[in-house]
Amino acid sequence: MDARRGPLAVPKVRRVGFFTSIEPSQDSPRPNRSLSGPAEAITTSSSPLSDSPSGQFISPVQIPPLRHRSDNLAAASRAAAPVPVPVPGPSAFRRQLASDRALHVGSYNPVDSLLGTSPPSSNGEVSEDSGSLFGFQRSDSAKLSASFPNGGFDMTMRVRAPQESEAKVVIASTSDGRKKNVEPSGTSEPVAATKPRKEKEQKSLKEKTSKAERRAIQEAQRAAKAAAKGEGSKRAGESSRAKPSKTAKQTQPKKDVPQVTSSLSEKRTVSVEKERRMDVPQAQMQYDDKSRVDKAKRRSVVEQTESKNKVELFLHLPQYERGNQLPNLSSNIFTLDTIHHAVYKVGLQHLAGDLSGDNARCIAMLHAFQEAINDYTTPPMKDLTMDLTGKINGYVSFLIECRPLSMSMGNAIRFLKNQIRKLPVDLSEPEAKASLCSEIGRFIDEKIILADKVIVQHAVTKIRDGEVLLTYGFSCVVEMILLYAHEIGRKFRVVVVDSRPNLEGQKLLRRLVARGLDCTYTHINAVSYIMGEVTRVFLGASSIFSNGTLYSKVGTACVAMVANAFSVPVIVCCEAYKFHERVLLDSICSNELGDPDAIANVPLRTNTKHAKTMDNNKNLQFLNLMYDSTPAEYISMIVTDYGMIPPTSIPVIVREYRREDLLL
Amino acid sequence: MPDVQSMVLEFVNKLRKRKIEGSQATARCTVELLRSVISHHRVPHHANQASALIDAVKAVGAQLVAANPVELAVGNVVRRVLHIIREEDLSLATAAVAGLDLLDASDDDEDVNGKGIGYPAMSAAVVAAAARSTLRPPSLQTLLEGTPESATVPYTSSSGADSESKTADKSSITRKLKHDVIEGVNQLIHEIAGCHEQIAEQAIEHIHQNEVILTLGSSRTVLEFLCAAKEKKRSFRVFVAEGAPRYQGHLLAKDLVARGLQTTVITDSAVFAMISRVNMVIIGAHAVMANGGVIGPVGVNMAALAAKKHAVPFVVLAGSHKLCPLYPHNPEVLLNELRSPSELLDFGEFSDCLDFGSGSGSPLLQVVNPTFDYVPPSLVSLFITDTGGHIPSYMYRLIADYYSADDLVM
Repeated sequence: MDARRGPLAVPKVRRVGFFTSIEPSQDSPRPNRSLSGPAEAITTSSSPLSDSPSGQFISPVQIPPLRHRSDNLAAASRAAAPVPVPVPGPSAFRRQLASDRALHVGSYNPVDSLLGTSPPSSNGEVSEDSGSLFGFQRSDSAKLSASFPNGGFDMTMRVRAPQESEAKVVIASTSDGRKKNVEPSGTSEPVAATKPRKEKEQKSLKEKTSKAERRAIQEAQRAAKAAAKGEGSKRAGESSRAKPSKTAKQTQPKKDVPQVTSSLSEKRTVSVEKERRMDVPQAQMQYDDKSRVDKAKRRSVVEQTESKNKVELFLHLPQYERGNQLPNLSSNIFTLDTIHHAVYKVGLQHLAGDLSGDNARCIAMLHAFQEAINDYTTPPMKDLTMDLTGKINGYVSFLIECRPLSMSMGNAIRFLKNQIRKLPVDLSEPEAKASLCSEIGRFIDEKIILADKVIVQHAVTKIRDGEVLLTYGFSCVVEMILLYAHEIGRKFRVVVVDSRPNLEGQKLLRRLVARGLDCTYTHINAVSYIMGEVTRVFLGASSIFSNGTLYSKVGTACVAMVANAFSVPVIVCCEAYKFHERVLLDSICSNELGDPDAIANVPLRTNTKHAKTMDNNKNLQFLNLMYDSTPAEYISMIVTDYGMIPPTSIPVIVREYRREDLLL
Repeated sequence: MPDVQSMVLEFVNKLRKRKIEGSQATARCTVELLRSVISHHRVPHHANQASALIDAVKAVGAQLVAANPVELAVGNVVRRVLHIIREEDLSLATAAVAGLDLLDASDDDEDVNGKGIGYPAMSAAVVAAAARSTLRPPSLQTLLEGTPESATVPYTSSSGADSESKTADKSSITRKLKHDVIEGVNQLIHEIAGCHEQIAEQAIEHIHQNEVILTLGSSRTVLEFLCAAKEKKRSFRVFVAEGAPRYQGHLLAKDLVARGLQTTVITDSAVFAMISRVNMVIIGAHAVMANGGVIGPVGVNMAALAAKKHAVPFVVLAGSHKLCPLYPHNPEVLLNELRSPSELLDFGEFSDCLDFGSGSGSPLLQVVNPTFDYVPPSLVSLFITDTGGHIPSYMYRLIADYYSADDLVM
């Protein structure tokens, strides 16, 4: 429409660090832009904004706040720039541009390996030798689109990609199963994203992706509109075909590039991507999806019987009966060769509930992995990185079958996989194993044990003489803090609040009393009775999400809430490795269900009978939640190994330190 | 008289040993006991029968209250009975005054007596109306004329002296007073027994289809309330917090399931987690204080706070015998009761740390196991009593209807 509005949009672009902007063309539409879109993108990519004739869009590298992009897009369309704004352009990421450049140069064909997307079967079957334009283009666009959101964060990719594959490459779905088992053999450093086509990727969290997804679609639509305006029907048709990510245009020039994809590298990247997908722990399975659950069941080692009388609200969580599969599993211990015995042991411990406490579980798991890695030998003709990752994935899914992983375990697994991925290629197998084991050991020492010590040092400064400290359940960090404060001679009293069914507080009580601490024991219902005399509340954490929500043992939220009502400060002690970039609003969406029988069985002598007699009544359910989420407003302070911070600083810590930790 | 005395002692013992639990049961037992106290009370001929009756009831009431000061229903019922006595006395007095007027006019004694005796036979509505008229605030005219309000009081007391000259009339009035009071007490018993139905009748107004309701503790009122809604074909889901050390929630759940309601038992710690999916919290009160505060089963305050946080209506069901005319001071502690630690910890587990009164130094470990919880009025959305729904700030007025100001301190 009126092009004058174009310039107005320019200042909107926030140029911080790596950025992209589409500056809407200030003069008349340039039809050729869209035609040569990718080429321009490439040129600009080398020096952002300077090369492109009009100083127009496309900076190469960006950590894109999606907002900008859509703003720009909107501006662009308003300015009637016919620019069909190829989405990958503005959102161009290093990878993609690299691939573009490569394409441009045409020197080799790293497209696939770089992008990591093997076009489902088109590459392997059709285009590999025939180089049929059609197949090629499709696959490429698919690749590009798949890779596009990946730069931002992994999540988006997952949901989007399946869409594309649906939209464009019908074959993708059929090739799913095949790709899964492809063994890698190639070299190192595959960077890019894949279209996910394993069942595992289906786990991708809806809530995380949906927004980005929606945005992408919106953008695509806008772009399509713009394209239609500017360039007529043909283009529009094409762009709309490429709707989900608008990459069709971009890939056009690639038609000319000869495709030399080696199936080898392709396969490798597939599995790399697979592992990348795997390592994000929040990829939770939604258990109300019948087909996926069935699939998962077929693969599972642990035979689980679903509990009767599920609670409707929690159908999306696994609800299994505990205990009955334990003897079965322990008898299988020698027949199952896929699972390393150390991992098996940890799994059984989880199943039996012997391990409690996030740190304990995490350390046990890491030790088991250490052992497993020690005993690992790379099969002939296989790559250590790939094969080991696969193995670890197997272990992890076994552990998940035993008991859903805690957030901290997910983080630890992610760390381990990153370590495996980053192993130098030239490392010999024993060296690699040794390095991995030492990395794991270092993780345990640094992130858990040392972190705890730091936390204790910090937290103990908050305990003064004559205070009454309240703690809930059993947290080993809190225990250490209390014992240490007692050791250095602080005079204080401890209120241990406990709750059914686990009664972990009794464990803490036993240890504290044994060390001579003055204790008061009560149950969670009485917390508002006792809170009047309490001066501080110390709580442990299972995880803290980046919106400041504390995810911890069920009941923590109640204690924090009551403390808040009584204006008692709530101090949460949590190692930074438990922080998680997810966000959580309530305790329903993400939780773990415990054994309902634990609730049904009442220790009271008088009415033990009734629960059993009612067991088969379908109107009666017992709900045993394991976790709940405490809103950030109830938390006064979080003590971590990085110091004492308010809950609002969690996302900063996650952002600033997580990256470097994982890339260690 | 001795049999009454032994009954009182027996009941006191029961109360003291906490053999009777639940405010409704206690209230019923108390009122029945008081009825027999009244009916066995031999009214002296010379003195003011009403005040003698009041003294007798007060004496027994003081014993009962002392036996279990935490069970506020006892005190409430004693006060109610006292109030009934006062009211009947007053209405008799007004009737007598009317009779005297009549006497002046017609000089017919028997007519007065016949009318006086026939009076209780009249419809209860008239009695209630009379009672209400005695409670009515002073009319504008009396206020304007500046007549001291207390003028009516000596008048009533003098009514006994008035009739003293006529012994036949007096004895009949005495009999009538007792009769009326027992009538009134019977009505009270009926009311206490029927408060469930009265409250349950209102269920349909508050529960809609597909509702999710959280409750905790075991309360018959809540049970009847929910079942009444169920009978009206409303289908809804009930979450029951188990009520940890005593697990009363399990009992309630059992009853609810037996009546075909969709019931889910959750741990008390999951109350906060679940409250965001709950439409309404309904609890039965142990007692309702005059300020609108609620004494309920332990854990109720937590649920109320969580409900407040999530803007979930917090509804308290209370029969009128639970309305206590007292204003609480530090109710968490003073109106609470600590139960045995054995409900929390197994015997012997921490026995070396616990202080069993052996006086072996300061104990390392204390176990706190309170029975009740206090919910401040600000957390309560609605009270549903047998007279309808009320807001917390109105409770003091509602309560004033049931008690005489003279009886607040016993």
